[in-house]
Order: sequence, then structure tokens, then C-alpha cells
Amino acid sequence: MDRKKQLQQRRIEIAVGLFVVLAVASLAILSIKVATWGMTGGQDTYTVYARFDNIGGLKERAPIKIGGVVIGRVTGITLESEYYTPVVELRINSRYSELAETSSASILTSGLLGEQYVGITPGFVIDDIAMLTDGDYITDTKPALVLEDMIGQFLYSQSDD
Amino acid sequence: MIANYLQRVGLRTFNVLATMGHAVLIYLKVVFGFSRLSIFIPLLVRQMYVVGVQSLLIILVSGLFIGMVIALQGYQVLVSYGAEGSLGPMVALSLLRELGPVVTALLFAGRAGSALTAEIGLMKATEQIASLEMMAIDPLRRVIAPRFWAGLICMPMLATVFTLVAIYGGKFVGVDWLGLDKGTYWSLMQASVEWQQDIGSMLIKSVVFANVVTWVAVFRGYHCQPTSAGISKATTDTVVQASLIVLGLDFVLTALMFG
Repeated sequence: MDRKKQLQQRRIEIAVGLFVVLAVASLAILSIKVATWGMTGGQDTYTVYARFDNIGGLKERAPIKIGGVVIGRVTGITLESEYYTPVVELRINSRYSELAETSSASILTSGLLGEQYVGITPGFVIDDIAMLTDGDYITDTKPALVLEDMIGQFLYSQSDD
Repeated sequence: MIANYLQRVGLRTFNVLATMGHAVLIYLKVVFGFSRLSIFIPLLVRQMYVVGVQSLLIILVSGLFIGMVIALQGYQVLVSYGAEGSLGPMVALSLLRELGPVVTALLFAGRAGSALTAEIGLMKATEQIASLEMMAIDPLRRVIAPRFWAGLICMPMLATVFTLVAIYGGKFVGVDWLGLDKGTYWSLMQASVEWQQDIGSMLIKSVVFANVVTWVAVFRGYHCQPTSAGISKATTDTVVQASLIVLGLDFVLTALMFG
């Protein structure tokens, strides 16, 4: 009788152990296959800023890409107090720290209706050109294309004729 | 007559207050009051078997079907905008943020919560709890605490399993049946789900819901009228109250985390 009880207890323990393993495995699969760790958490990053005339529909946490590869995230969007120009705070992974000061930033849209992101075109490097470091401003920027403005310009240029 | 009425209102108010106080005291005693671990852990494992392992089947089956139905419905809407590629993010986000923890909590209240209440209520009705007290064994530690902790540990694990199975159910319908590209399903999902915000919110929500559901279940059982009608009322109360509190709290938590 005692032996039987022990066996039953053991079977219960094995079942609970399997359950725990199953749960931990599911969490691991969820983490690896379904989610990504945010670029802003954990990894080393550096922050640069860019002034744009118009940021269109850019949002915080939008990706920053070079040639389609995500290198960082937008971490803040504010208005500069003096001239009221939008300033975008870009947090870039330290792995991509070799960006020249002549690099340009533009606000692009993925697809016709997709989200907006910041595209960076790496600049040329000559001897006296420094790399972007923490707190620098990217001076060469292109604002977001606002569809309504373009339609307005198009109609205006049509009516001129 | 008015004095009579006021008296009754006052009595009811005090009754409600006393019940709430009793519930909070039991919660505190159960959370902080476990005895020696060498006694507690075998009891806990046994309850985890009853509460967790035996709930696994209903969680797996309903997870699979819920994932499949979200994918099917989502596909019908998204395909008319040519955006069926977003099926993966839609399935994953709706499951991780809301449906995973909420549906698990509701199923858990129905499957494990009601059983806990009925078991504890019957123990009370057959005076097993009173006889434990006679033997100077604290029933809160011996009977209630292992059940409470088992529910607290098992529900987040069940919610995780539920969500994963549902995402695969969505993949089964979207990719294998409706012919969406497999790479699109997974890669867009990966691009839009973030660990801290989405999986983190699932875990936080399911821990909160686990607290609420097991607390209600355990308290309703411990506090019930020790008659057959009392036990049946307590079991119904557990399912109704736990479900309502879960749904209400879900709104509050969502507003806090995503508002």
C-alpha cells in the first residue's frame, strides 16, 4: 500500500515537472520566435539628434534604418524652444558607431501606407571629418513627404498654366 | 419603520465590510504564512497537479481553436485591404496583450477555481477543517496556502502555453490553409512584438489575474455556508465574481500599460 502511494506521488511529481518544462519552453519559444528585444533596452547605444522641417507621421519607437537594416529607434520627438523646429532623438546601436558627420537623415515611408521610419545615408569620410558621437546633431536632413502638400503643389502648378 | 430600515442597511453594510476584512486577512495569512518548506513543497506539488496539469487539456484545446478563429476572421477583413500580411502581428498582439491572459483566467476560474471552492467548501461542511483545528493544525497553512500558491504559479504558465498554442493555431489557418507566406507571418510578427511591452504585459496580467481568481476561489470556499446549498452558491459565486473582476481589472491594467 505504501509502495503504491509512493509510486503515485512520483507520477504526480513527474507530471508537474513536465508541465513546468512545457511552460518554460513555451516562454522561450515566444521570446525567440515571436518577439524581439527592444533596441533601446540592454544593448549599448549612443544618441544623436536631427532637426527636421516636418516629421510627418513619425512616432516614437519608429525604426532607424540604413539600407533597410534596423540600427536603432527614435526615442524622443520634441520641438526646439526657439524656432519651433521638430528635433528627433535617435538612439543608435553602438555597433554602428562609425557614421561620419556628413551622413544625412530623411524620413521615409515603408510602402504606400506603411509606417514611417528614419533612413540614414552614411556620409563620405575624409581625413578631417569626424564621426558622429553622443549628443551630435545630424545637419543634413530631408523632411517627410506630406502627401497633402504634394497634391496642393500639383494643383497649384496646374492652375498656373 | 424607517429606523428598522436603517438598521437593516447598517447591518448589511457591516456584513459586507466584515466579509471584505475576512478576505483580506485570509489573503495575507495565506501569502505570508507558509510553514516549513519540507512540508509545504509536497503539498504544493500535489495541488499544482490538480490545478495546473489537469487544466492543461482545456487550455490547449481552447487555445488552438481561439487562435484559428482569430486568424480566420482577421484574414477576411485584412484581405479586403490587401493587408493580409499583417495577420501575424494581429494574431500575436491580440493574444499576448488581451486574449491570452483573460481567456486563460476565465477558463481557469471555471475549471480550477470552482473545483477549489467546492473542495474547500465540502471540507468545511464535513467538518474536516474543524477537526484540523482540533489537532492544532492551521487549516490556512495546511489546506488553503498550497492551493493558493499552486494557482498563483500555474496560471501564468497556463497563459504562456495558451498563447503559444493559439499563435500556432493562427499559423495553421493563415499559412497552411489560407496560403499566406510562412516567412511573412513570422517576420512581421517578430517586427511588431516587443518582449518588454507585449510578453511582459501578458506575464504581469496573468500574475494579477492568478491572484484574483485563486483568492476568490479559496475565500469563497473557506467562507461558505457549510450546507449543500451553501457550497453550490459559493461555487457559482466564485465563477461569476472571478470572471467579472478579471474583465474589469483587464480594462484597468490595459489602460495603465497601453493608455
